[in-house]
Amino acid sequence: MPQMSMIEAIRDAMDVKLGEDDNVVVFGEDVGYFGGVFRCTHGLQQKYGTNRVFDSPINESGIVGTAIGMGAYGLRPCIEIQFADYIYPAYDQIVSEAARLRHRSNKDFTAPLTIRTPCGGGIFGGQTHSQSPEALFTHVSGVKTVMPSNPYDAKGLLISAIEDDDPVIFFEPKRLYNGPFDGHHDKPASNWSKHLLGDVPAGHYTVPIGKASVFSEGSDVTILCYGTMVFVAEAAKKETGIDAEIIDLRSLMPLDVDTIVESVQKTGRCMVLHEATLTSGFGAELAAQVQERCFYHLEAPVVRVAGYDTPYPHAQEWDYFPGPARVGKELKAMMEAV
Amino acid sequence: MSKYAPLRFHVPQPTGRPGDEPDFTGIEIPAAGSVRRPAVDTKAADMKELASTMVRVLNRDGKAVGPWAEGISDEILLTGLKNMIRVRTYDERMMTLQRQGKTSFYMKCTGEEAIAVGFKAALSKGDMNFPTYRQQGLLLSTDYPLFKMVCQILSNSEDPLKGRQLPIMYSSKEHGFFTISGNLGTQFVQAVGWAMASAIKGDTKIAAGWIGDGSTAETDFHAALVNASVYKPPVILNVVNNQWAISSFRGMAGGDHATFAERALGYDIPALRVDGNDFLAVYAASSWAVERARRGMGPTFIEWVTYRVAPHSTSDDPTQYRPKEESAAWPLGDPLLRLKNHLIGRGLWSEERHTQAESEYNDEIRAATKEAEKYGVMGSGSSPKNMFDDVYKEMPPHLREQRQKLGV
Ligand SMILES: Cc1ncc(C[n+]2csc(CCOP(=O)(O)OP(=O)(O)O)c2C)c(N)n1
Ligand SMILES: [Mg+2]
Repeated sequence: MPQMSMIEAIRDAMDVKLGEDDNVVVFGEDVGYFGGVFRCTHGLQQKYGTNRVFDSPINESGIVGTAIGMGAYGLRPCIEIQFADYIYPAYDQIVSEAARLRHRSNKDFTAPLTIRTPCGGGIFGGQTHSQSPEALFTHVSGVKTVMPSNPYDAKGLLISAIEDDDPVIFFEPKRLYNGPFDGHHDKPASNWSKHLLGDVPAGHYTVPIGKASVFSEGSDVTILCYGTMVFVAEAAKKETGIDAEIIDLRSLMPLDVDTIVESVQKTGRCMVLHEATLTSGFGAELAAQVQERCFYHLEAPVVRVAGYDTPYPHAQEWDYFPGPARVGKELKAMMEAV
Repeated sequence: MSKYAPLRFHVPQPTGRPGDEPDFTGIEIPAAGSVRRPAVDTKAADMKELASTMVRVLNRDGKAVGPWAEGISDEILLTGLKNMIRVRTYDERMMTLQRQGKTSFYMKCTGEEAIAVGFKAALSKGDMNFPTYRQQGLLLSTDYPLFKMVCQILSNSEDPLKGRQLPIMYSSKEHGFFTISGNLGTQFVQAVGWAMASAIKGDTKIAAGWIGDGSTAETDFHAALVNASVYKPPVILNVVNNQWAISSFRGMAGGDHATFAERALGYDIPALRVDGNDFLAVYAASSWAVERARRGMGPTFIEWVTYRVAPHSTSDDPTQYRPKEESAAWPLGDPLLRLKNHLIGRGLWSEERHTQAESEYNDEIRAATKEAEKYGVMGSGSSPKNMFDDVYKEMPPHLREQRQKLGV
């Protein structure tokens, strides 16, 4: 099986869909000739031409707005917002338009678009290259929100997203683009070529939207996480020796509640972990779901570990980042409680 | 069957990509001195051609000619040249720090120095700029302490912005330098609002917005124009057209078949298009717009025509998307060299003084860097406490709790 980085897997998914379906178009800032600042669309314009893969003006509301118009015509745009931190100018187009076309027109018009955007920190990018705004989208009815944590899922989920008839926000944790980063920034980075999840089948396959994966089985405590935090959780598990069951949600909206409930009922403990700011983060929704569905199975309160409620800092990045030490400390405290 | 041929989709292409010969034949360059200088109270409709042509002062022989050459003191020119040398030297030194792993990120303004330096020279204390990341010249031509500036580049314990911002995103109200946002275009319209406030309060201060050619595509650019058009506040709206926006060229912002300056005309805003590599033209045009604003005649839009000689940033490699020789072929030349030659021609400057100025600034910047490095490099020395302060004026309980939990 081909070994791929997450960048290559994402590119391959677009390549597969561009090849299969004439209605798929790919565009965004620096996406065409150059192939994207993270190189995710590298070579696609050469292969499919400027009619299918092209640069856009630096205007995020324009990128999403034109994609909605194309979707209304019958195309299936897969667009890139260069950094998730720059998605806000497009927020109105996503929230008030893409999310509601189907409902308000009684299916007369739909918005079958995929919005790819790199998120998360760990690259010393400061407050405008590090954010994780997923909760701003899971809060909106009518859009789906996904975030893969590895090349295999990235390709399968992106193909599902492009084929989906509803708008999908596809977050790409940029710190995972080249390897399974576990939060130990001072250790040498490993890359996907040495990882099982870097095995990516050629051609078409899908990972369904709305299905979580049990990333690592365990019996002491369930960790609900996604994106970069999956590998952070795994590092904390190893380092503490606590037998955590790590659930990689992959899809936040819709959410795979069954997998969550099954795990928490088994372990009796639940930690919710994300890089985004704590307050009103997606973790609040997860904690509420667990409380509603698993209350009588819980041996300890649900614990949230997340980014602090501050702008993403530049110099203090590693104090901010919820790394394995912080996760490990909270895990131990949870196991000691009761 | 339709009687029409299938429609065609248009994606603009630059005149050259890697491997091609650079081609700037599409850029029309009028002779220096050939463009008229209207009175500052001229209406937009009565000076339309100034949005399409190019105000230029220095001719091929390095002589200052035409109506825009008048009334520029030797002092302005000499100070301007020195400040440009200072900016270029600073950029080179900070690039070296990035290569040495002492800072995470840097952006140079090579080839564009005349614009910020010349513009700043036309402003007065109290005026406010809303800059992008490529106007370090606005700060480096003031007395803003170099030591502080380098500490921000190093994100160390003396970083004036406490490690919260990217190295190059300075802020100094005292020096008329609004805190830079990483989000493109947002501040163009804020400059208009600042100018409106000055007028609401009956003040005499003016504001200047700054934006790159690529970023004129942002919706906020258009918001700035309509608000400036409606309220006629004392604001100067600067577009730095350096031909490139990372890998996309000016045509991707619609700047290929109509100039950026021409956009202002639809909003009834007087517009100038200026050779941004000609310090004298920059200073003259800036002074003209400043005078208009100060006399209550409203906004001016200026397109500065220049070329981004440097890579977009330290994360960028322009050989991937533009001809290697393009910057050498740029027809408007090097702003620093052009001013230098002009001053030497007039006997106001010499090669020796130039070399001496370069080594003086080099020493100044090296000394500041050496001192700054004592306080840490690459984020070291910055306290995690800095994250929590100033999110709000008063720290709310939940943040206090988070800070305590981190133990800082
Ligand atoms: C809202 C937003 N979208 C995208 C970006 C990413 N980005 C940073 S600089 C840049 C190019 C800007 O080009 P231009 O406006 O011409 O300015 P220049 O870099 O040439 O000075 C892009 C796309 C951003 N910072 N903010
Ligand atoms: Mg530009």
